[in-house]
Amino acid sequence: MIPLLLGITIICFFVMRLAPGSPTDLQTQMNPKSSVEMKERLKTLYELDKPIHEQYWSWLKKISRGDLGISFSSDLRPVAAKIMERLPITIILEFLSLLIIIAVAIPIGVLSAVYQDSLFDKITGVFVFIGFAVPTFWLALLLMIFFGIQLGWLPISGLRSLNYEYLTPWMQFVDLAKHLALPVFISAFGGLAGLSRYMRANMLEVIRQDYIMTARAKGLSERDVIYKHALRNALLPAITILGLSIPGLIGGSVIFETIFAIPGMGQLFYMAVMARDYPTVMGILLIGAILTLLGNLIADVSYAVADPRIRLS
Amino acid sequence: MNFWEMFYKNKLMLTGSGIVLLFFLISLLAPWLAPYDFGQIDLTNVLASPSASHLFGTDQLGRDVLSRMIWGARISLKVGFAATGVAIIIGTILGAVSGYYGGWIDAAIMRFVDIMLCFPTFFLILAVIAFLEPSIWNIMIIIGLTGWMGVTRLVRADFITLKERDFVQAAKVIGASDLRIIFLHILPNAMASILVAATLGIAGAILTESALSFLGIGVQPPTPSWGNILTAGKDNIDIAWWLSLYPGLAILITVVGYNLLGEGIRDALDPRLKK
Repeated sequence: MIPLLLGITIICFFVMRLAPGSPTDLQTQMNPKSSVEMKERLKTLYELDKPIHEQYWSWLKKISRGDLGISFSSDLRPVAAKIMERLPITIILEFLSLLIIIAVAIPIGVLSAVYQDSLFDKITGVFVFIGFAVPTFWLALLLMIFFGIQLGWLPISGLRSLNYEYLTPWMQFVDLAKHLALPVFISAFGGLAGLSRYMRANMLEVIRQDYIMTARAKGLSERDVIYKHALRNALLPAITILGLSIPGLIGGSVIFETIFAIPGMGQLFYMAVMARDYPTVMGILLIGAILTLLGNLIADVSYAVADPRIRLS
Repeated sequence: MNFWEMFYKNKLMLTGSGIVLLFFLISLLAPWLAPYDFGQIDLTNVLASPSASHLFGTDQLGRDVLSRMIWGARISLKVGFAATGVAIIIGTILGAVSGYYGGWIDAAIMRFVDIMLCFPTFFLILAVIAFLEPSIWNIMIIIGLTGWMGVTRLVRADFITLKERDFVQAAKVIGASDLRIIFLHILPNAMASILVAATLGIAGAILTESALSFLGIGVQPPTPSWGNILTAGKDNIDIAWWLSLYPGLAILITVVGYNLLGEGIRDALDPRLKK
């Protein structure tokens, strides 16, 4: 855990520092009044004049106190504050999409395994295969054109309508839900194909085990065999897959938050990258990696809770 | 049954290689196939919907979308192959060293893989590319540099089982060098899984390139790519659906092609892995 964290910080740091071009260029090149002297002063201000390992060390000391530095953008606010105000939006979105992935992919995977080679299995098989190949940002565009522009059912950007403050609480909820529908679906889409295919493969394997045959032999109903004996065992490894899908979800947030103009961490990251805002980019890269690490840790712990065999070994 | 018999029996693989071959030909013959010059601006014919003279319509500068897509196929293939090449070379070397030697070097490489896997890949790519100035060369390298971890694990696993086999022991006994054993004796036996990973990797790299170009940090206009045509689609989403529909379909079909081919090769080369 700790070595991983250190490794993450080293990679974050060097990714940013090995890049050519100085972050001070942005503030000086466009400014006719800037002088060489002023450039030097900016460099000293951001500690860019020190050797790289000293820069890393002072950065590491700062981030361990939760100080991610000051943003290079014109608002000059602390990076940590900028991220914290946007992080909840991203986490809520990711959480909702995880729920959708679980609620849709597990039944699809289980049913297509139980009814192997049925029409349902074949249709979902094609769906899963295409799901792996669809560029999600393209799907987002198509859904925006269809539901947002042709039918006019769903808004295509932002989180709230302009008249949000004048709505009743219930209508506010409906408004929010309408704004979230497309982004959450798009964000969940990528994970759907993976998890349902995995669940299907797992279930097929479990159904062929001896204890399932035993359960059938002692005369249990097919329903009990599938849902009590097989499903539980097939569900266990899916916990790991959910943990592994977290980096994909977080990485995808850049794309769908940018498309749907959602003020989350992904959008901030995109804007920071475009503006060469080093501290913000480093901060989000770091937070993204730490969230992934946490996600995997939670997956490992819940696996151990769910399966006593893991704890013993 | 030999490989070619398997090949013809496997309809999905046949479809996959058909698609892959088709896009190869399109990008090879782009100068002759494209009805217009891909950069030809026609301000009298801006955002024209699909018609007989412009089958897929025109974009915000009046350029022919079909011609741009045909040239875009070239970009996708280039990036897909080059990025996967980088990933396969790094992954194979690290995986081979890791699996063959074991010990502390294996532990170090695997720990490095773990660290790299903690990063949401897209975050890492975005950060690096934006700092390196977006260009087609940088994209190829960065996509490759962030996509080798799976290959490393795969090759390592293959090497760990293969190095215990008799033919490796025999090679050691006659005094073959480590390099010779790794590259001439073990690696050819691990080629099947590497080939599958490469084919699937090309599909992934094409998807990543299109997403980057869509965000404006991939292939830069005026060079046409499927992703940056889709950017124009987003900017004109309420008036020009054809800018959004066709390039995405091209990406989808290409990626399906490589995925089918990859899974087909897996089934044909190693029937044990067949689901």
